[in-house]
Amino acid sequence: MTRSSFRILFAMLAILVLGVFIAACGDDDKSSDTPTPAAQSTAPAKSGDIPADEKTANKIAPVDGAAGVSLSVGSKNFTEQYILGEIYIQALEAAGYKVKKDLDLGPERVAHAALVKGVVDAYPEYTGTALTSAFKVKVEDVPKDPQQAYEEAKAAYAKVGITALAPTPFENTYRLGITKATAEKLGNPTKISDLADKASTLTINGFPACRQRIDCLLGVQRTYGFEFKKFLPGEQKYQVLDNGDTDVAFVFTTDGPLSSGKYVVLEDDKDVFPPYNITFAVRDEAAKKLGPEGQKVITDVQKYMTPEIMQELNARVDLDKQERDKVAADYLQQFGFTS
Amino acid sequence: MAAGGRDMTTAPIAGILDTFGGAVEFIFERRPSDAGTVDVGGLGEIGHLAGNHFAVSFLAIVVSIAVSVPIGLWLGHLGKAELLAVGVANVGRAVPALAIIGFCVAFLGTGFRNIAFALTLLAIPPILTNTYVGMRQVDPELVDAARGQGLSGFQIVRQVEWPLALPTIFGGIRISVVTVLATAIIAPVAGLDTLGTPIFSEEIYGDEGVLAAAIAVAFLTLGTDAIFAALQRIATPKGLKVAARDNRRRRSWPIPIRRVQHP
Amino acid sequence: MSQAPIAQSGGFLRNRSGDTGCPSNDGICLGWMVDHLDRYWDPFLEHVVLTLIPLAIGFAIALSMGLIAHRQKWLITPLTGLTSAIYTIPSISSFLLLLPITGRGNDTAIIALTAYTLVIIFRNVITGLAGVPQHAVDAARGMGLTGTQLLFRVELPLALPEIIAGLRIAAATTVGLAAFAYLAGAGGLGANIDSDIDFRGNVLVCGIILTLLAATLDAIVLFVQRLLTPWRRAVVT
Repeated sequence: MTRSSFRILFAMLAILVLGVFIAACGDDDKSSDTPTPAAQSTAPAKSGDIPADEKTANKIAPVDGAAGVSLSVGSKNFTEQYILGEIYIQALEAAGYKVKKDLDLGPERVAHAALVKGVVDAYPEYTGTALTSAFKVKVEDVPKDPQQAYEEAKAAYAKVGITALAPTPFENTYRLGITKATAEKLGNPTKISDLADKASTLTINGFPACRQRIDCLLGVQRTYGFEFKKFLPGEQKYQVLDNGDTDVAFVFTTDGPLSSGKYVVLEDDKDVFPPYNITFAVRDEAAKKLGPEGQKVITDVQKYMTPEIMQELNARVDLDKQERDKVAADYLQQFGFTS
Repeated sequence: MAAGGRDMTTAPIAGILDTFGGAVEFIFERRPSDAGTVDVGGLGEIGHLAGNHFAVSFLAIVVSIAVSVPIGLWLGHLGKAELLAVGVANVGRAVPALAIIGFCVAFLGTGFRNIAFALTLLAIPPILTNTYVGMRQVDPELVDAARGQGLSGFQIVRQVEWPLALPTIFGGIRISVVTVLATAIIAPVAGLDTLGTPIFSEEIYGDEGVLAAAIAVAFLTLGTDAIFAALQRIATPKGLKVAARDNRRRRSWPIPIRRVQHP
Repeated sequence: MSQAPIAQSGGFLRNRSGDTGCPSNDGICLGWMVDHLDRYWDPFLEHVVLTLIPLAIGFAIALSMGLIAHRQKWLITPLTGLTSAIYTIPSISSFLLLLPITGRGNDTAIIALTAYTLVIIFRNVITGLAGVPQHAVDAARGMGLTGTQLLFRVELPLALPEIIAGLRIAAATTVGLAAFAYLAGAGGLGANIDSDIDFRGNVLVCGIILTLLAATLDAIVLFVQRLLTPWRRAVVT
């Protein structure tokens, strides 16, 4: 590079840095702050407020012998999984365990393989996903009752040396989502069956494998008996809903963007989708290391994971762009697990 | 036939060879998917995916050639704007494909055309750089001689510089071909089914499907590279083909080098 | 199960239906990005490591291969073919394919990234050495230099610009490819891009950081080249 080219490059870099500084001072975008802490009310936990004495009772006490125990906790590769992973990790650390963070293992097959092979000691998995994906149970055969589904998953996990701890109150399952504008155009449907006569004119979006999965598009079309006009593969569902590339999209019930009120979610009236509660899947040796107290830390911290709370946590990361570990820490603090 | 879920840590090499054989079978045989739902595999499906893959890649390559080569020829002939043609373009290689595609989807939406656009952006830097450098590395004495004979700028480019720069230019094109075909694997997350679809739907297509898709991409790459190698042979004047054998300088990956002028 | 937005506000849950702020619209949000730059710092450092180590190892391997092939000319074609074939493997696949063999983490990513630098640097080493003017070699031999002395005192210095050119290209390419390293559990800025690919500001900042990284590496390599080839500074353009 010649001398003058060097100078030009330097100047470009300097201008860029300067520009960023100017933007920082001049730009007054309203970023969302953390919500104010819960008021002293007796509203049910659904809104995020719990009585003060319950809050103090929740505090995680250090577990005897935890200091010598180390394990690794992972997660799959989307927002809710990251948050759950962080919550579990921070809770275990508050109890005195040494935890190695290995989030973002990948999609379910990679995560499950990592768990079975011992690459990671534990990660949170959905009961329905474990049964259909890891243990090849046909979707039709998965029990629709969440507790039964959990028991089956627990038994299947036990056969490969994994302990599945008690499930969460919330489930994060599939639904079909449309924008408010599309809803008006289609006559304000409330459930999936309402789409029956219009489906042949609609495009539907889902992740690439959705088209062939019984717990996704394939199952919906078979059970409801209609077909959509076109399947649009893609991961950015809310983008394609917003820009009109698709009319309908497969969404998750606890997706953060759903809390913006811009979308209408259709009910699964024919019960296509199996239950999807989270269970902390941990290898038997690690479960033994945790002991009953360690396992109780995990199941206790799940107590307030309602659909509303989870959607709020997801929205904080996806919409408010907060850091995942901070969102997890706020959850633990809110309900008194940590201070 | 199902081979998914086999533990590969105990016999990694044997496992890989096994999956490899299974992958080749996957390309030709249609069979139930790993999830036991629909049928996957077989030439029809692989052909369809490969067709999409090739189409979007080829469009991107052609457009990027149409954009980069004229600019590179013009700037290279004049010897101007080296920082842009080389420095900026080279650094442009650093922008990850994922970022380009994500950005394009965010602004332009999904679909064939928008993915082709993103891939075009990806393909431009190597072609632009190589065209510019190829032109710069033509012996200035030849250019002077041509000017002395009264050839116009355009004629010099066409008759003197372009033929001599061809190997380098095509070198850049072939690099872009590899890059674009490899990146088209991500297209399924942006609305187009290509050979990346099996890779992203591993639970349906299985290990064999994933490997089959990767093999298909590799073959597609080799095939397209061969097409451009043939195009290069056609475009090169015969006299240069003889000289090219001795002139191994042109086979490198160039950035302009000021050679010390020997007395 | 009702999916209506949480109507009551205050407390833990927040009503977002009126949100128009920049981050929630996934825009570019310059001010917000500057405030939150620290979330990119650790991944950036990981990315730097993931770039520099493969470059260093790849350079060492490719240079050695090139030196051997320069003396044993028959090796050039097979080695070029081998490294080219490696380059043909789509980068995303390579990370995923290596996972079962080398496990998660930096090692897998570094192996894959090193492999991709080989063809670029190797080819430039070969052509650089081949481009050394014959009369320089003859003069050196005439002065009685041995083979090794010839290599280190004449051939390599004269081939250096071409070799460095290859290193520059390999550097830029590696910065871009390292963005996929997160698939193998190795972190890097690719994880940032992927985790919020809808957020345009996020993608833009990651792209800018990586561009600046590549530009800086480019400048450093050029600077080193100038140090190592003092005789060329006489030629000013």
